[in-house]
Amino acid sequence: MLFTFSWLKEHLETEASLEEITDRLSMLGLEVEGIDDRGEALAPFTIGYVKEARQHPNADRLQLCVVDTGSGDEQVVCGAPNARAGMKGVFAPSGSYIPGSDMTLKPSKIRGEDSNGMLCSEREMGLSDDHEGIIELPEDAPIGEGWAKWAGMDDAIIDIALTPNRGDCASVRGIARDLAAAGLGTLKPLDDTKVAGGFESNIKWQRDFSSDAGDACPMVVGRTFRNVTNGESPQWLQDRLRAIGLRPISALVDITNWSTFDLGRPLHVFDADKVSGDLTMRFAKSGEKLEALDEREYALEDGMIVIADDNGPQGIGGVMGGIASGCSETTKNVFLEVALFDPIRIAETGRKLGIISDARYRFERGIDPTSLEWGTEIASRMILDICGGEASELTVAGELPNWQQSQSLRTSRVLSLGGIDVPVAEQEKFLTVLGFEPVVEGDELRCVVPPWRPDIEGEADLVEEVLRIHGYDDIPALPLPNDAVVPNPVRNAAQDRVETIRRTLASNGLVEAVTYSFLDAKTVSLFGDVPESLRLVNPISADLDTMRPSVLPNLIAAIARNQARGMENPSLFEVGPQYADDTPEGQAMVAAGARAGQTGARSWAVKAEPVDAFHAKADVIAALSAVGAPVDNLQVSIDAPGWYHPGRSGCLRLGPNILAQFGELHPRVAAAMDIDGPISVFEVFIDNIPPRKSKGGASKPLLTLSAFQPVRRDFAFIVDEDVAASDVLRAIRTVDRALITDAELFDVYRGKGVEGGKKSLALAVTLQPVDATMTEKEIDDVAEKIVANVAKQAGGTLRG
Amino acid sequence: MTTENLDSLRDTLLADIDGAVDLDALEAIRVAALGKQGSVTGLLKGLGKAAPEERKALGQAINTVKVTINGALAARKEDLEAGALDARLIDEAIDVSLPVRPSQDGRIHPISQTIDEMLAIFCEMGFEVAEGPHIETDFNNFTALNIPPEHPARQEHDTFYLPEKEDGSRLVLRTHTSPVQIRTMVEQEPPIRIVVPGRTFRADYDATHSPMFHQIEGLVIDETTHMGHLKGCLIEFCRTFFGVDDLPARFRPSYFPFTEPSAEMDIGCSREGGGLTIGAGADWLEILGCGMVHPNVLAACGIDSTKYQGFAFGLGIERAAMLKYGIPDLRTFYESDLRWLRHYGFSALDIPSVAKGV
Repeated sequence: MLFTFSWLKEHLETEASLEEITDRLSMLGLEVEGIDDRGEALAPFTIGYVKEARQHPNADRLQLCVVDTGSGDEQVVCGAPNARAGMKGVFAPSGSYIPGSDMTLKPSKIRGEDSNGMLCSEREMGLSDDHEGIIELPEDAPIGEGWAKWAGMDDAIIDIALTPNRGDCASVRGIARDLAAAGLGTLKPLDDTKVAGGFESNIKWQRDFSSDAGDACPMVVGRTFRNVTNGESPQWLQDRLRAIGLRPISALVDITNWSTFDLGRPLHVFDADKVSGDLTMRFAKSGEKLEALDEREYALEDGMIVIADDNGPQGIGGVMGGIASGCSETTKNVFLEVALFDPIRIAETGRKLGIISDARYRFERGIDPTSLEWGTEIASRMILDICGGEASELTVAGELPNWQQSQSLRTSRVLSLGGIDVPVAEQEKFLTVLGFEPVVEGDELRCVVPPWRPDIEGEADLVEEVLRIHGYDDIPALPLPNDAVVPNPVRNAAQDRVETIRRTLASNGLVEAVTYSFLDAKTVSLFGDVPESLRLVNPISADLDTMRPSVLPNLIAAIARNQARGMENPSLFEVGPQYADDTPEGQAMVAAGARAGQTGARSWAVKAEPVDAFHAKADVIAALSAVGAPVDNLQVSIDAPGWYHPGRSGCLRLGPNILAQFGELHPRVAAAMDIDGPISVFEVFIDNIPPRKSKGGASKPLLTLSAFQPVRRDFAFIVDEDVAASDVLRAIRTVDRALITDAELFDVYRGKGVEGGKKSLALAVTLQPVDATMTEKEIDDVAEKIVANVAKQAGGTLRG
Repeated sequence: MTTENLDSLRDTLLADIDGAVDLDALEAIRVAALGKQGSVTGLLKGLGKAAPEERKALGQAINTVKVTINGALAARKEDLEAGALDARLIDEAIDVSLPVRPSQDGRIHPISQTIDEMLAIFCEMGFEVAEGPHIETDFNNFTALNIPPEHPARQEHDTFYLPEKEDGSRLVLRTHTSPVQIRTMVEQEPPIRIVVPGRTFRADYDATHSPMFHQIEGLVIDETTHMGHLKGCLIEFCRTFFGVDDLPARFRPSYFPFTEPSAEMDIGCSREGGGLTIGAGADWLEILGCGMVHPNVLAACGIDSTKYQGFAFGLGIERAAMLKYGIPDLRTFYESDLRWLRHYGFSALDIPSVAKGV
């Protein structure tokens, strides 16, 4: 919402400075977005008198002008055709910044003649595009005075960002009212004296709505004006409109725009001679079209309110008028429309048609219904004053809706909700100036919600009114009362696991990424089917139209992008959601990671190797161990989903519950996603990890240390190629879980000495006696049992 | 054997010892002199043949020589060992300017770090984390938050929609973390004091908007919390988060459908010299929206709005991270560019806590 300082003063009697006003506006909730203090920019420009003008001796099209600046004469070389002796113009002395040509004037010689300053055109001053000649001022313009002040152009332009609830402040008057309530002046009275009609309007208002849709346009008022002259509007009006970025068009149109911004009361004017029959408020019929004032044709739909005459729609109610019945310079007879519309329908119509207009902006926020009366009278008087002519009697259709609403404020609520003790007298004063007509009744203020404040619905709104006028700044800041001196953990155990895994993976050398929750359908198809319920109806692009069923695709795409940038051995992880369906339960928290290329940079000291499934498995185990998952008891299965290499991947599970998947990425997926070289990936399903057992609180099981030497024995077993190492290890451990404290596999051998289709597994077994040192016999007995169990459970034979 | 001869043997041996070039040569000298067949050993063995009256004096003299030789051998051995060690050390020298073995250094994303910093502060004020799904009902995302279907604020939210269901309803990607307020209030009796960090989604993409971003939401519901507490809580939060003890803060009236009264909070900043510095300065910077929970919102969750009240706030996590850490571009947060992640990311061990300062 744009307005100027002097425009504000039309409504507000104030001594406050521009700065006081703008500072206060923001603190009233009318956030100042910009202040263009044109007076400052135009300060160097003064009124000068051209005493002499003669031909430049060395240039045909230039003149030498001697300008009386009020503080001495200056010679100016001027190229304007209209420069002549005896005229008054706008003079800019040397040193002035010329906004229209973005330069600072310097004393100079032009074709050998001194030139000190400039006589300016409107374009040079940044006022308009007019560069036909220099500005000519009337004879009575005072020589030497500041031009901007004299011309009323020293007016600061203020831009405020309105919150959607404050439709009343989409008018200069509404803003003035808030400032008056805040004590920055007095709201001037509004002259809404009735204009007497001299004849009956030949155009009458009709409403044609079904009984349940009457609220679309509950009431409309109009009148005809005969014999008007629709010339240019007066300079003051043109200046105001220009200042807020509107182009003056004609007196009648300018009056409607003025009313919109000055009073928040949009109007429309029809050329009465172009209207055929009466005007009717009704819904559009499908197939109807209208060329609106923006010279575009709109296809209208049912539910949109139109103003129609016998020939069809002539305007889109509350949004924009039609071009066919619009006013022009030749308009002699005019019909004024002052209507009230349903805000929701206006918003919907505007949105559907893509029309953003000043009328829509106000109607969709809700306007003062009583402006049907006062708005009509003020506009009528202005038309008569500016355009002359004669006004008809009013034509009215519909009824003023009941806007009266009372609302009480318990005065104690300002303290108990707002946190500041504002004396009742002050509360009453603020609400009075805001138009709430408060009456003290016991410990309450009984208020009438003013018709321009449809946003006020309850007591909390009144508390806000009192607070914002008083100022939020004065509310004392208090600490939140805290029962506990030492706070509880901010995250619960389940949430904390997510963070532990995050930091564990980063400690493992992976770099955390955050990628979108959505991606393109084509990439998703590499990662299984996604239900239709997870396809966005309105994605910002086709690349981002599907909720991700796995965190991996976006992460792998990020790896590919980093490789394309020349990053070697990229390794990334993300801890985030994946979506199985559209239910809350379908959203799972997953830690996913990807390592590509080599295990590290090439080095003189260690040999880097290509990443493989075991690097991914190591990341998985680190993550699971960090949150206390029983990693030693997990089963390894080889049924990872299709995006994994079928022979080089696995799942870690507790029965049917899959905790993690890891392995090399399927070469077909890697190729489709432009991955260069080896890549291993993993997914840890954090929600599936059983909670850490918290029996006994923080205390750990008692540590009992044996006094006896542990015994280490190495074994090598020949097993079939398809026997899983984990089966051999389990066969060893289950021999005696108490005695066998460790079994580590340290070598896998194939080749000479081992027949084809078989492999040799070398294992180190640790026996830890607790009662006595083991005898050779005891050791041999255990070794025999181990060999027997491996033979039984894994078909292994001791390698000779 | 005369005393002269003995002196001569001693001098010869001492000279030999002195001239021994290494430990092996020294050992040979020792064996030659003091070994079983050694010259000095031989003299001692031959002592029995000496005249009895000379035997004592001669024995003493030979012993003196033996002690001297032993001493010289030990001294020479020490010298030679020291020399050998010196030589070995020189031989073992390496180029310590060689680089270390490569290790991979992981990083924590600035969004995660910023959330952890914020939670460390809110923890001190007694908040606990609540979470909710990203795919939400229209009711939780809008209606319960006092944004009825025709409300203009819905259009400003640029909502992502999922396909319409048979009953005409359609789910949305949550446009803010506020639906978790609703879920919490529906499930939990006051007093409530939660913060909700998480992903949010809006159909908007340009230099300052991303279709996915993160917010943190706060909600306090009890019988007495008012705007003074709101101010105290959020001023303390911003001062601690930005590490500026005297950070100026102001609250301006604003509008959100789900709060009444509503406010926007600005913090002081300076734009001198083209940069942006958080702290006392000539300018203000909008940092978050907040307000007292609207009675309609409480009612929608079945909470008695005549008994309970409280405040809510929400702020953008990326924006806070950008301001705190001087990250210039929002979109770079999601590009996963390793150069960016290494530069703006954090060490895994850098766990924010109020005890050490966030």
